[in-house]
Amino acid sequence: MLYFARLREAMGRGAETVDAPAEVQSPGALRDWLIARGEPWAGAFADAQPVRCALDQAIARDDAPLHEGAEVAFFPPVTGG
Amino acid sequence: MTALEWQVRVQTGDFDPEAEAAALRGAAAGAVVTFTGVVREWSGDFDVAEIELEHYPGMTERVLGEIAAQAGERWPGIRAGVVHRYGALKPGERIVWVGVASAHRDAAFDACRYIVDCLKTQAPFWKRESGSRGARWVAARDSDEQALERWAASAAGEGGRPA
Repeated sequence: MLYFARLREAMGRGAETVDAPAEVQSPGALRDWLIARGEPWAGAFADAQPVRCALDQAIARDDAPLHEGAEVAFFPPVTGG
Repeated sequence: MTALEWQVRVQTGDFDPEAEAAALRGAAAGAVVTFTGVVREWSGDFDVAEIELEHYPGMTERVLGEIAAQAGERWPGIRAGVVHRYGALKPGERIVWVGVASAHRDAAFDACRYIVDCLKTQAPFWKRESGSRGARWVAARDSDEQALERWAASAAGEGGRPA
């Protein structure tokens, strides 16, 4: 898991490894599972809206299929350039 | 445009727009169009003393490369370059450079605009401004998303800039 920008600040961490249960099969499901675990995830996701996700360093939809060892990143809309 | 015909760099250090443009020019180029993005001193009513650009290492290079490759498919024959800085920057400093060289100017103008519009909504960078009023994360703009939608709509047509 990677978090960036305002979401990273709200989480208090930029990276962590999680072992999600088998039924968590998408970034959206992963986010819901993290929120259900409580703090800091619940507060961080509530505070830093909207949130986008990337899977293995490519922008992904909420319902994209996860795999073992996936790199999932959550972040606010980008503001580069 | 093959992989050799676009160059993407993500770095903390400054770049020289003249040197980048010179590197881009080739024998076939009749036109070179470039864009340089610079840190603004005023952002709304917020005076900016410094900005911090956070990025997603690995994904930034990949996304910028994909955008350049898409431009190459949409405007065959161009050469493109992108340089994007990250880290702490002050007002007046250069943030990003985009250059496109082409035989004729239409493709150079359109492709340069396309690459800038795409990177503004797709490249994983986040700006944090700090000044006399404290610090805040810059919010993404609707107008940037709308620019992307116009390119998608015009792709159904002939690939040029939408009116």
